[in-house]
Amino acid sequence: MRTALALLLLATPAAAQDRVLTIYAEDYVASEWGPGPAIKSGFEAFCDCELRFVTGDILPRLLMEGEGTEADVVFGLNTDVLARARASGLFAPHGQDTSDMSLPIEWTDEIFLPYNWGETAFVYDETRLDNPPASFDELLDADVRIVIQDPRSSISGLALLLWVKQVYGDEAPEAWAKLAPKVLTVTRGWSESYGMFTSGEADMVLSYTTSPAYHIAAEDDLTKKAAIFPEGHYFMTEVAAQLAGTDQPELAQQFMDWILTPEFQAEIPLANWSLPAKLPEADWPEVMRDLPRPEVTLFYSEDEAEALRQPALDEWLRAFN
Amino acid sequence: MAARLQLGHLVAAFLAAGILGTLAAVAWFAGGLGGLTEWDWRAVRFTLWQAALSATLSALLAVPVARALARRRFRGRGLLVTLLGAPFILPVIVAIMGLIAIFGRNGALNEGLRALGLPEIGIYGWQGVILAHVFFNLPLSVRLILQGWQAIPAERFRLAASLGFAPRDIARHLERPMLREVLPGVWLAVFLVCLTSFTVALALGGGPRATTVELAIYQAFRFDFDLGRAATLGLVQIALCIGALLAARWIAVPAGFGAGMDTAHAPPAPAGWRRWADVVVITAAAAFLLLPLSAVIASGLPRIAQLPAEVWDAAWRSVIMAVISALLSMAACLALALTVARSGARWVETAGMAPLIASPLVLGTGLFILLRGIASPQQMALPVTVAINAAMALPFGLRALIPAARTLQADYGRLAASLDLRGWARLRHLTLPRLARPLGFAGGLAAALAMGDLGVITLFATDQPTLPLKLYQLMNSYRMADAAAASVLLMALSFALFWAFDRGGRLEPDP
Repeated sequence: MRTALALLLLATPAAAQDRVLTIYAEDYVASEWGPGPAIKSGFEAFCDCELRFVTGDILPRLLMEGEGTEADVVFGLNTDVLARARASGLFAPHGQDTSDMSLPIEWTDEIFLPYNWGETAFVYDETRLDNPPASFDELLDADVRIVIQDPRSSISGLALLLWVKQVYGDEAPEAWAKLAPKVLTVTRGWSESYGMFTSGEADMVLSYTTSPAYHIAAEDDLTKKAAIFPEGHYFMTEVAAQLAGTDQPELAQQFMDWILTPEFQAEIPLANWSLPAKLPEADWPEVMRDLPRPEVTLFYSEDEAEALRQPALDEWLRAFN
Repeated sequence: MAARLQLGHLVAAFLAAGILGTLAAVAWFAGGLGGLTEWDWRAVRFTLWQAALSATLSALLAVPVARALARRRFRGRGLLVTLLGAPFILPVIVAIMGLIAIFGRNGALNEGLRALGLPEIGIYGWQGVILAHVFFNLPLSVRLILQGWQAIPAERFRLAASLGFAPRDIARHLERPMLREVLPGVWLAVFLVCLTSFTVALALGGGPRATTVELAIYQAFRFDFDLGRAATLGLVQIALCIGALLAARWIAVPAGFGAGMDTAHAPPAPAGWRRWADVVVITAAAAFLLLPLSAVIASGLPRIAQLPAEVWDAAWRSVIMAVISALLSMAACLALALTVARSGARWVETAGMAPLIASPLVLGTGLFILLRGIASPQQMALPVTVAINAAMALPFGLRALIPAARTLQADYGRLAASLDLRGWARLRHLTLPRLARPLGFAGGLAAALAMGDLGVITLFATDQPTLPLKLYQLMNSYRMADAAAASVLLMALSFALFWAFDRGGRLEPDP
């Protein structure tokens, strides 16, 4: 038993190099099915360093570690937590030109740098749903069973809250009252919902406009579609930032400089199943180019979203209680 | 004897300090406890209500199943008893998918009802939460009650037969006193499991009405980063558990059957309608517990050979960690149970149940705050997971071991003392052979639970993922079919570990 324990401890790899860039990343990033492996090998090819991913609940951990954190860069923060992350004062400017991004909104943030984006959407299987709703209004009156994520435990769930708020404004409570009976259930995270959808339990699932791309590219399955609503879809992006107190400022800056390059951005679509933050549409994989795109993109600024979060959550809770 | 007394006390003190210390660390970091919202109090009410109902149903339904299994002998009975334990050790997400495959909108049950032209049943809502909790906890309840039946000495049943007892008289004089002793502990264990439920309650509860305290803690921690409120909620959860603990102790009364020569014989098996009733009960329980499992296996098995190497690496790592956890847990469990049996120290028993009442999130966060000065979180991740999993399994192991240890003490304590049998010799010749069964069961549970646990380690973060973590990574990358295959692998490994430990405990003791 002691030998086995020692083995476990020894198995923790020692740093191969003196120059190590430590990146705190969301769990999915570093798995072999995420963009992590390509990012690691791509960066190590020219940085003369080792890139180390540390995955988990990155923001809570960072807030607890404070100035003493060993992170040099964080990768994978969602827009909903940026206000709190910014307030910590732990981050340094990224130093990139964000004037010609391939985002549907203008990005002027000097701290947080988007590396991907997408929009929330309800995804359905056309073999199971004959008349998919063609607008948010139609969804409210449609005879469908949907699964969504809880805004208290999931980022996409929170995005739905803000989406409804932006489409319906003061009438959001009425919209939720109409939507609530169609909600089969509310899950903790995206994966439980999506599993319920693919197993045929729900007609529609709260997901992303880019979700069908996975089914087309990896499974040759053309039946999964995102319902595009003329009212607009809510914008979501994931960002990276460097720590002000990093002990590898040069490497951290080098990494930030690399994020918006075509080499990095080309990895995003098929590893992350989202759209690249800065890449001409002509260079996107065909499967992403061919996806139907919403005409209207909805987005709340960081301060607006932070101010709306609690009232919108209360409205949501009341609609279901 | 004095030395071992101290060991049990030490383990208990360590557990109590761990649970309360981590909570204190979180509160200290937050600069005090935070206030609760109206929604938090609703979550407290729902949590209490669903946990009480789930526990009551699980315990009551388990009685006829355990009785039928205790008094009937048929081919494959041993295998069935082991198989029926499987749902308890399933990873939550896997169990949800299995339940939906049977009870969901397009599940087998509703397909059947539709074919017969009958109205469909809806799983989503409080009934789904209760159904899932009974699915998870009926197996544990059956096993614990079955052990209660097996602990009634065969001599008592023979005496009952010679006195011409009808089944009703046996129930009154033998079975009911046994149940009075065992059931409160069973109820308590299930109640505590359901109290910290989160993912299940939400997924099958149909919406935020099914919010539990654990979800409120998650929200406070992850979305609001309000650690003060998280600590308050953790405290509320502990208060609820201690209340339940006191209630269960107040109800439980020791049966006091006295010593017997052997307990391996089956209780009398009445013929007539009772025989058919037992057949129906066993069949129904087997169908309820095993059909969802079969659905999971059917969906995942075909792809299991194609799983990438990383999944197998993670599986191997998880197995090693689970075995170490189980051995640790068995040692701690034995020390605690012997101390409880000899000294009757109530606080030791309470401390043994404590890991169940701690919110995993508060525990993980507290440990992170306490340990970060000592070693890097990266290095701590796996050892901390092993230790926490060992502790998390204690309450279940103790439920099986404490009654057995009490009986051992009552029946053999004086004899052992008069022979001056102590220390290692007593452990080897008396304690271990007599407690092998519940101890093997405790080890099996610990190994299986450790195998399926996603861990409190998300904060510690590691580049050495366990199998459950891989399962989530697969799902998060849209690879639902591979995730189903990984679920089957996880289930098979959990079950194999449980079987190996449990079987080890059932080998014949030294003559």
